[in-house]
Amino acid sequence: MEAQEDLQVDLKPETLLEMYWLMVLSRRLDERTWVLHRQGKIAFHISSIGHEAAQVGAAMALRRGQDWVVPYYRDLAMMLALGFTPKEFMLGVMGKKGEPNSGARQMPSHWSIRRLNIVSHSSVVATQAPHASGIALAIKMRGDDAVVLTSIGEGSTAQGEWYEAVNWAAIHRLPVVFMVENNLYAISVRQERQMAVEQVADKAAGLGLPGVTVDGLDAPVVHRAITEAVSRARSGGGPTIVETMVHRMTPHSSDDDDRSYRTREELEALKAQDPLHLQRDKLMDMGVLSQDAEREVQERAKREVEEAVDFATRAPYPEVSEASYPVYAEDRIDD
Amino acid sequence: MTEMTLIEGLRQAMDEELERDERVFIVGQDVGPRGGVFRATQGLYEKYGEDRVVDSPLAELSIIGIGIGTALYGMRPICEIQFADFIYPAFNQIVSEAARMCYRSGGEWIAPMVIRVPYGGGIGGGLYHSQSIEAFFAHVPGLKVVVPSTPYDAKGLLKSAVRDPNPVIFLEPKKGYRLIRGEVPEDEEVLVPIGPGRISREGTDLTLFAYGMMHHYAMEAAERVAQEGIDVEVVDLRTLKPVDRETVLASVAKTGKALIVHEDNLTGGYGAEIAAILAEEAFADLDAPVRRLAGPDVPAMPFSHPLQDWFMLDADKIADAIRELAAY
Ligand SMILES: Cc1ncc(C[n+]2csc(CCOP(=O)(O)OP(=O)(O)O)c2C)c(N)n1
Ligand SMILES: [Mg+2]
Repeated sequence: MEAQEDLQVDLKPETLLEMYWLMVLSRRLDERTWVLHRQGKIAFHISSIGHEAAQVGAAMALRRGQDWVVPYYRDLAMMLALGFTPKEFMLGVMGKKGEPNSGARQMPSHWSIRRLNIVSHSSVVATQAPHASGIALAIKMRGDDAVVLTSIGEGSTAQGEWYEAVNWAAIHRLPVVFMVENNLYAISVRQERQMAVEQVADKAAGLGLPGVTVDGLDAPVVHRAITEAVSRARSGGGPTIVETMVHRMTPHSSDDDDRSYRTREELEALKAQDPLHLQRDKLMDMGVLSQDAEREVQERAKREVEEAVDFATRAPYPEVSEASYPVYAEDRIDD
Repeated sequence: MTEMTLIEGLRQAMDEELERDERVFIVGQDVGPRGGVFRATQGLYEKYGEDRVVDSPLAELSIIGIGIGTALYGMRPICEIQFADFIYPAFNQIVSEAARMCYRSGGEWIAPMVIRVPYGGGIGGGLYHSQSIEAFFAHVPGLKVVVPSTPYDAKGLLKSAVRDPNPVIFLEPKKGYRLIRGEVPEDEEVLVPIGPGRISREGTDLTLFAYGMMHHYAMEAAERVAQEGIDVEVVDLRTLKPVDRETVLASVAKTGKALIVHEDNLTGGYGAEIAAILAEEAFADLDAPVRRLAGPDVPAMPFSHPLQDWFMLDADKIADAIRELAAY
């Protein structure tokens, strides 16, 4: 991992505060969703807690709304940083009508937001990677200057799908960044049982593209790594693998119980390095974030989350008739 | 009118669509300077260049996955899978991704693409160069499945498939690539809509449903038994998904008997779907049990000639099945 200590100073205070705000918003929303699950009010949640710094840092390195994003299920903070709203998220969590990702057809956290160039993905891990390379190929064919960011967990980089996607991008020097959110676990299986290399970025050498590993608990560090990869992609330099080392501070999902495969001590050690706290302390040390501002951020996040919960709770469920379409493009209502 | 082979019809369709719409491009193995292993794309690389006729790495799922990505961006990919037998690595991308894209995004994202697949046996291809795969894909909502049996339909259906806003599995009876010849007009645009079947021979005694190479043999068999006084109506299904129920039902309402022929193996094959439609909706019209003539339930076509002949259907076997059903 590269030491990039001085990075904080590269970004303007407003940018650092925006990053922090997005991380806090995502965390409060995420925690609230766990509560809803514990209360038996929702069926499923998959969390981004511990991944927020990496996701926000990455999203903010893009031309948001113009570049393309092909995400995976753990990317709540990334989605918020791209312009997805807490209300939209809560509609999805509760399976309510008009939920923008899928009209409440898919499980929660299966993103798709056309207005933000965020592409629909399935639950089948790694299937999104070739789509990212395909979009990048089309961008190159059309001579456009957008880039594609696609994300994935480290375990899912064992899939052939991911290798084939990266291989294509490397052959054609496509404008795509392969971001890996490495939390060392794929449900219960540790990285050592997923790959023989020490870092996912080491796979880059065999595929013919650059690969870097960075501290994913530090949003500005990730921001810089993704910015470099994006600018390489945009200028015709081809793809990059950017591996961000993060912590999965929760069980895999609300259906998982992680006590059988990791100790409570291990989890406590992760929690002692909470990216949110690290970012807060740094900003306070730098004098960018005051106690008052911190209180305000927390209150605003809480307020927005509660508004989202109220909004989604009051929203109607989809009509049953919505389940029958659109199977084919011709069935779309706006056609 | 010009007489041409089935593969010439396909090539013309791709040429015209590449010319018409700059979003159209071809991607697959050996499709570039080699012109495809069957030469379906011959000359297109020279005419349109390496950005429009793209040689892919030897990795099927990527051909489809990349195609999906380009389609999401607004391109119109024609993805070639070299042999149907090699489509399984891409099954995930076709079934989980392309087919479900529109539904799962509430129509926000669509994957308009053609997946061209040479299929079928009788060419000495053994287990892994002979397979029929239509049943797997005809099962999947969100896909269209098309099988032409004449050069005219090959050209017209392929052009329609390129313009269709959905993923279309386009199955090409490869034994017929150069064997099947037919008239195709030169001076007008040939477009055959996806969906309707075609009554390729009118008759009154029984209906013979077929598609692809088996349609070719079905016509031969129908002519043969005509001399014995059996008047067969032949329906070329052409589109397996969505199936043309009206044509299927109207024909059986007229003839009262149905024989479905396909080279794919019997169990869970496409013929079962036609048989089910008839059982549910044409029960009162039937004068005999619905009959299926299909490949045997062995894993795939064996290589050695006599073994291949045992597996493969032909006009003789179809004629025998017709006689049997006609006599019921
Ligand atoms: C093809 C496929 N196999 C299995 C699963 C079940 N599954 C969902 S997530 C997951 C683990 C993924 O781990 P990783 O890629 O490291 O991402 P993380 O969840 O840790 O962020 C598994 C096994 C799946 N969704 N898709
Ligand atoms: Mg993981």
